[in-house]
Parts: sequence; structure tokens; C-alpha cells
Amino acid sequence: MPEALTSGMEAPADEAALAARVAAAHAAATPLAIWGNRTKASVGRPVQASAAVSTRALTGITLYSPAELVLSARAGTPVAEVEARLAEKGQHIVSETPDLSALCGEDGAAEGPPTIGGAVACNLSGPRRIALGALRDQVLGIRAVNGTGEVITSGGRVLKNVTGLDLCKLLSGSRGTLAVLTEVTVKVMPAPEATATLVLRGLAPDAAVAALSAGLGSPFGVTGAAHLPAPGRLLGPGGPATLLRVEEFVDFIPYRTERLRALLAAHGTAQVLDTEASLPLWRAVRDAAPLAVAPGEGAWRISVRPSAGPRVLAALEAAGLRGFLDWGGGLVWAAGDGTEASQRAVMAAAAEANGVFWTMRAPAPLRAALPVVPDEPAPLAALTRKVKAAFDPKGILGPGRLYAGI
Amino acid sequence: MLAMPEPKAEIVARRAEIVAALAARVGAANVISEALRLKAYETDGFSAYRRVPLAVVLAETTEQVAAALKYCHEQGIRVVPRAAGTSLSGGALPLEDAVVIGVSKMNAILEVDFEDRLARVQAGVTNIGITKAVEGEGFFYAPDPSSQLACMIAGNVAMNSGGAHCLKYGVTANNLLGVTFVTVEGEVVELGGEHLDAAGYDWLGLITGSEGQLGMVTEVTVRILRAAEGARAMLVGFDATDVAGAAVADIIASGIIPVALEFMDRPCIHACEAFAHAGYPLDAEALLIIEVEGSEEEQDALLAKLQAICARHGPSTMRIARTAEESAAIWKGRKGAFGAVGRISPDYLCMDGTIPPGRLPEAMRGIGALAERYRLQVANVFHAGDGNLHPLIMFDANDADSFARAEALGADILKLCVELGGCLTGEHGVGIEKRDLMTAQFGPVDLAQQKRIKTAFDPGWILNPHKVFPLEHA
Ligand SMILES: Cc1cc2nc3c(=O)[nH]c(=O)nc-3n(C[C@H](O)[C@H](O)[C@H](O)COP(=O)(O)OP(=O)(O)OC[C@H]3O[C@@H](n4cnc5c(N)ncnc54)[C@H](O)[C@@H]3O)c2cc1C
Repeated sequence: MPEALTSGMEAPADEAALAARVAAAHAAATPLAIWGNRTKASVGRPVQASAAVSTRALTGITLYSPAELVLSARAGTPVAEVEARLAEKGQHIVSETPDLSALCGEDGAAEGPPTIGGAVACNLSGPRRIALGALRDQVLGIRAVNGTGEVITSGGRVLKNVTGLDLCKLLSGSRGTLAVLTEVTVKVMPAPEATATLVLRGLAPDAAVAALSAGLGSPFGVTGAAHLPAPGRLLGPGGPATLLRVEEFVDFIPYRTERLRALLAAHGTAQVLDTEASLPLWRAVRDAAPLAVAPGEGAWRISVRPSAGPRVLAALEAAGLRGFLDWGGGLVWAAGDGTEASQRAVMAAAAEANGVFWTMRAPAPLRAALPVVPDEPAPLAALTRKVKAAFDPKGILGPGRLYAGI
Repeated sequence: MLAMPEPKAEIVARRAEIVAALAARVGAANVISEALRLKAYETDGFSAYRRVPLAVVLAETTEQVAAALKYCHEQGIRVVPRAAGTSLSGGALPLEDAVVIGVSKMNAILEVDFEDRLARVQAGVTNIGITKAVEGEGFFYAPDPSSQLACMIAGNVAMNSGGAHCLKYGVTANNLLGVTFVTVEGEVVELGGEHLDAAGYDWLGLITGSEGQLGMVTEVTVRILRAAEGARAMLVGFDATDVAGAAVADIIASGIIPVALEFMDRPCIHACEAFAHAGYPLDAEALLIIEVEGSEEEQDALLAKLQAICARHGPSTMRIARTAEESAAIWKGRKGAFGAVGRISPDYLCMDGTIPPGRLPEAMRGIGALAERYRLQVANVFHAGDGNLHPLIMFDANDADSFARAEALGADILKLCVELGGCLTGEHGVGIEKRDLMTAQFGPVDLAQQKRIKTAFDPGWILNPHKVFPLEHA
């Protein structure tokens, strides 16, 4: 039985029901908004659709083989449930999926916790992205329903697979506009025994990125590299904080942190935090908590080459926004007034640095009026339309969510 | 034998005109049309199949690739993109009515940035060439196919190539930032760039591994990594394949991900030992080569843990390298495995399926039974951590029956991989070789979806035709 949801979303009970629902919408040419639990309602453009379909009833881990480093789960399975199951065997998904419910959920929109399907559909990755890859790099296989209601598969359950076109990567980050993910298979890895964080205080962003680059370019296995201009309650007083994370077997941590401290000596004297202090700190960075977004504010992510991060941050601060750096400087998280001026400042800064941006949160009229991701040059925009049509010829899956008119 | 398409007579008849038109666009010096020189391009690493192309363009610039593609697209002339021609699946095999567009002259390193840890190179730079350009500063480009001295980054991108170290560092797709891409219409676009992750559709992810079906790559921006402080290998022999498989599972479950975890079966051990004199145990049924990285002390600690795990499975031999030289000796046989098999058999086919690692014992038994049925010898090397199998099927190309049996055996082995929950190809690509097996892994709906994407990029299906998709679909 489909559950009655406050938002009026339909939640088909299984993949076949979902496929039938999409096929009916295709036949009638009626657009559908595609959701998991609506925790990222403010990501992307508002969708004009007469009905909303959720994958939230497609739950359950369908395969977990720790010795083969592989897990499959239906799309509506909460990320936390996947993580808990993996933790029982000391494993995790290396891309550490952020929980952006607080940042991106419109008030009262969320129907539950973030789902694994939603995470893949947005290709969301945390601090380890810079060292160990994005969520899309962990996706080994998918099942999905395309815009005509057909169930399609790609990839599989093995770690190496180059058979046919890689739809796993194409669908990761496509936000349900090409097909509705119904099941994902991901690569899992042993979770580290221990975590340590080196903290440098008082650095300006460009000096901070130089330190982060030194760490990331070292052989000591840095798996997180962030700079918080205003760490606030996350750390004691001391101004901006530059963070480098090491994750290893317990026995290896002292050597790694000592070598890194020595390497970073030219950049300042690093304080070392233990596992207990490190875990909440990196969870906060992962979830963009340092932005401390207030109601009515907007939030953005900008990805550039790491050395351009400080320049982008400075340009945004000049426009009245605030932010912090992750991914060694290459990911700029920004927040501020949810206005057109802010949005335009983000667009300009990303373009100037030859990078890309994602609007993560902004008032709906603003998200409808201005791009939420960069517009593509004409030949690519043409491909976007053609590939969209190759999956969803009538344009019924989340129309307009990524680009106006597509 | 795999069916090959009939060349289009009307295109072949226009050969002189086409050569002249290409020369006008890319310069006569960059067009090859003499029979003798064309012959050098008649095949690739899958050398059982040969077709002399209509003409070869060796472009020097992105603009020349674009001009040649635009012309071929407008004229409906088939195009076979080519890099070094080491494909083992016939991915770069020409056709008599096709123009080969090669990127081997485009071999410049354009930018290296250690602070941002990236390198931008032209598509014809060899895989090893990237590492050579950055190793002075202690960096390397991680994916390391055994063909890395010869194969080029364009081929690696097109095949999404892997290597012995991809259990830890990932395959090509996981190490790219961007490519310069030429559409079949001759438009030049940047996919990805210098930053991580796509804002719209992940074009970079789609192009990687697309085997020259969607367009051509002329420049590539890769991530470069700082090399670990050091690495050392150990070698462990077992009396039974099943036991070696169980040891592999225990290693992974212990939380250690070695940088490399390679498996060889008895025929392979013998071939390699005869070739390389690496000191491999000739009485073992299965051999594991395990490599770890880190400081000296970390290596010692990891190797000790691995030794304890392997000891629980009663190995017949266990040898831990104490120095880089001893490591190199352990690797020597494995690295020469293809050459070693080439010495004991006039010809061999190198297969490339993947299985869930837990099904290794069944796969080995199944391959053994199939080999017996087809009366052929098979030596197995295997990336054990990720389940990527490379059965080497030995045959004699001068004996048509032996070749036919080898092809049939290869097809059955790959179908077995799919039945065991795996796939047809882990890193060599579908090419022409596995084209007709695609229906074993994909249903008609899946293939139709992939074909619609192909059509979106290449409406006339002129790019690398008669590959990847089963012939009746092309
Ligand atoms: C001895 C040996 C060992 C090998 N070991 C490995 C291994 O360990 N791991 C592994 O993954 N592979 C291995 N291979 C296979 C092969 O080397 C790889 O597939 C390699 O990436 C091919 O590169 P190439 O430059 O030779 O490309 P080519 O063979 O020239 O072409 C490969 C494919 O790429 C397409 N292509 C070429 N250039 C372009 C371009 N500019 N734009 C678009 N498409 C293009 C071609 O059409 C073809 O489909 C091995 C091969 C040999 C002979």
C-alpha cells in the first residue's frame, strides 16, 4: 500500500510498481517530481509537476559481502542504515556521504533521513573526496527506471567492469532527471582504526591552502584537508583553523602525525587532535555545519582547482558572503543572503576560476530565475538535450530540475 | 571467426578523393595512404584480426582531429580512433572503408602542477610518460596497465584501463579531471576541467571507457599522486586454489587493502619461472603476490600481519622481500607473465573477465573443465583483490581449428564469469572481441538504452563501427 505522505508524494511499494507509475506518466505525458525523502528539496530548480514520486518505500540492503568489498541497497534505504550495517564489519563507503538535511531541506519538506539513492543522484561526497574519490567513483552498479518506465541496469557487483557504456557515472549526479534509481551497488572499504587531525591556527586562506597542498602532496596519507576561517564552537579560540586529517591503523598514527608536523613546520606549529576530537570535527566539515546557515539564507558549493580556492573565497567575501574551504582548497562552501546578488557573485567567481558551482539552497523564485549549475556551452547543451531524450523522450522526469526547459 | 562488415564499395571507390580532401584539411604530411605504410595500422594487440584501413590521419592538433572528424561525418565515412594500438579486444582494429584518426603525434606534456597535483597532457602521451614527467618530485600517475611503456593516455581513457595497483588507487576513471573532446561533428568541448566533479551530467564519466564510440579525446588532465615512502612484496604459495582464495578473503576482511594482490595458477607459475627465474615454487598450485606500502616500519608491520593471516591457511611457501631488490625479483615473473606464456605457446588469447572474488574456486574449476573440453592449455593470472581474471588461452594461429577452439573457449569462459555474477571485461574493453557476447550480460532493454546514447552522440554510427554493440544492433 502506498503510504500517505504529508507532501502528497506517492511511494510505490517496489520497483515494478514504480516502473508502472512512470510508464503511466510517460503515456499521459505528465511530469513527475522525483524524490527520496526530500532532504535536498532546495538543491536544484523547482520542478513543475502534477505528481511527486518517492523511492522511500524501496528499502533494504540486498547484498553485503564484506570480503568482496561490495554492498547493494534499494534506493530508499537510509544512508545511516547502510553505514550502520557496514560499521558492524568495520567498513564504510570512503566518500563519506554528507547529511545536508539541515542545510537543504526546505522547512517541513523532509519525509525522513537522507537515502542512498538520493545521495547517488546528487553525487554527494565529503572531505575524503580529495584523496579517495567521489561517491560516483564507488558506484559499481545501478538499477533504474527510465522515462518510459523501462527498468535498466548498468555495471554490476564486481569492482572492475568496463562492459558497455558506464551509465553508473552518468546517472550519478543526474538528480533523477534521466532515470529513477531503484537500487545501487557500491564499493566498500575497511574503515580506519584511528583518526588524527593536525590543526594550524591563524592562517590566511592562501597560506592555508599552501599548507594543505604540502600535506596532500606528502606520502603520509592525508585524507581530509580543510580551512575554516571562522571555526566558532568547533574548536577553541585562536582564529582561522587549517585542518589535515590522517586515518590509519592505530599503531601508524604517531609516525604519520609527527612526520606531517615536521613537514608543516614552515606553515606553523600544528596541534594534534585524537580520534575522539577528530570525528565530530570532520563530520561538521562534511555536513557544511561551519556555514551556520540562518533561515532565509542561501548556500552554494563551488569546485575549482585547489590553488584557486582562496581567490574564490575572497571574491565571495567581497560580495558579502562567508565560507570555508574543503578538498584542499578546491571546494568552496559559501552562504549568505539568498538574493540574486549573492547568486550572481557565486556564478561569476566560479566562472572566473574556471570551475563549477551548485546552488544548494536559495529561495525558490531565485532558483527558478537563475541557473543552479553553470550553463553549458552550446555543443554540450545540445548533448544534454539529446541524452535526456535518450532516457526520457517526453521529458517527464524532474523537468527543469537541472536546467530550465530540459 | 567474428563476422566483419562488408566495406562500403562506394566509399572505397572514392579513396583518392578522400585522401586528397583529408590532406587539404590536416596537411599531406599527416595523411598516410601508401599501401606499405597503411599495413602498419592493419591491427592492434588483438592481432588475429587484420583490416587495412582506407587512410590514416596522424593529427598534430585538436583542430586537425576536429577537421578530419567533421569531414568524415559530413561524408558518412567511418572513423576508427587510434592511440598506440595495444588494445587486446580489437578496439583499434580498422576497417577497409574507414579512416583511422591517430593521436600518436600529439605527445606533449602541456602542464604539470604539483601544488594542485595535476598534469595536462596531449592524448598521445604514453601512460609511463606521465609518470616520467612527474617522478622527479616523487609523484606518479596511478593507473599502471602492464602495457604502460607503449599505451597512450587516449587509449587508457577510451578503455578505462586498470593496472596491478588499482585495488588501492582506482582505474583511469577515478584519476581523471578533464578531457578535451571532439564531437563527431567536429565541435571541440571541455568535459570536466581542473576541478573535481561535474555540475551537470557527468560527461567525463560517460566518455571514459566508451571505446571511441562517442567522440575523440585530444587532451587529458589527470590527477597525479605523491608516491608512498616505499613498497615491498611478499610471495605465498598454496597447494590448492581454494585455499589461496580463502586467504585472499581473510586478508580483505582483516582491514588491510594491499596495493596489489595478484594470483597465478600452476601453469602460469611454471611459464613465468622458466622465463624469469624469479624463484617461484614449482610445486605450488597457486601463488599470491601481495604488495604493501608505507614507511619501513609500516611495511614490516603490514607484512607481519599478512604473514600471520596466510600462515593460518598452511602455505607451502612464504617469502617476504626485505629490500626493494627482493621485491623486484618477486614481481619479475608476474610482470613478464604474458611474455612468458608467449614463449611456451606460439600464440595466446588474453581474456579479461571479472568475477566476485568469492567465486574464485568455482571459476578455476570451471575454466579447467572448459579447457579440457576444448583440448587447450590455459594459464591464469588474476587481480585477486578485485576479481579481474586474465586466463591466457594457448593456441597455434597456423592451425585454424586450434584458433576456432581458442575463440570458443574464450567466449565460454566469459559467459562463465557472467554466470558467476561477474562481467565480460574488467579492463580490456569489449571492442570487437566481446561484441557478440554483450547479450550474455545485458538484456535488450539495457542494450537499447546504451544504443540511444550512442545515437545521441553519433547519429550516423560512423565512430568505431561494429564494435561494443552486437553486430545485429549496429
Ligand atoms: C602486453 C599488454 C598488456 C596489457 N595490460 C593491460 C593492463 O594491465 N590493464 C589494462 O587495462 N589494459 C592492458 N592492456 C590493453 C591495452 O594496453 C589498453 O587497453 C590500453 O589502454 C590501450 O591503449 P592504446 O594507446 O594502445 O589504445 P588503442 O589500442 O590505440 O585504442 C584503444 C581504444 O581506444 C580508442 N581510442 C584511441 N584513441 C582515441 C582517442 N583519441 N579518442 C577516442 N578514442 C580513442 C580506440 O578506438 C580503441 O577503441 C594490455 C595490452 C597489452 C598488449
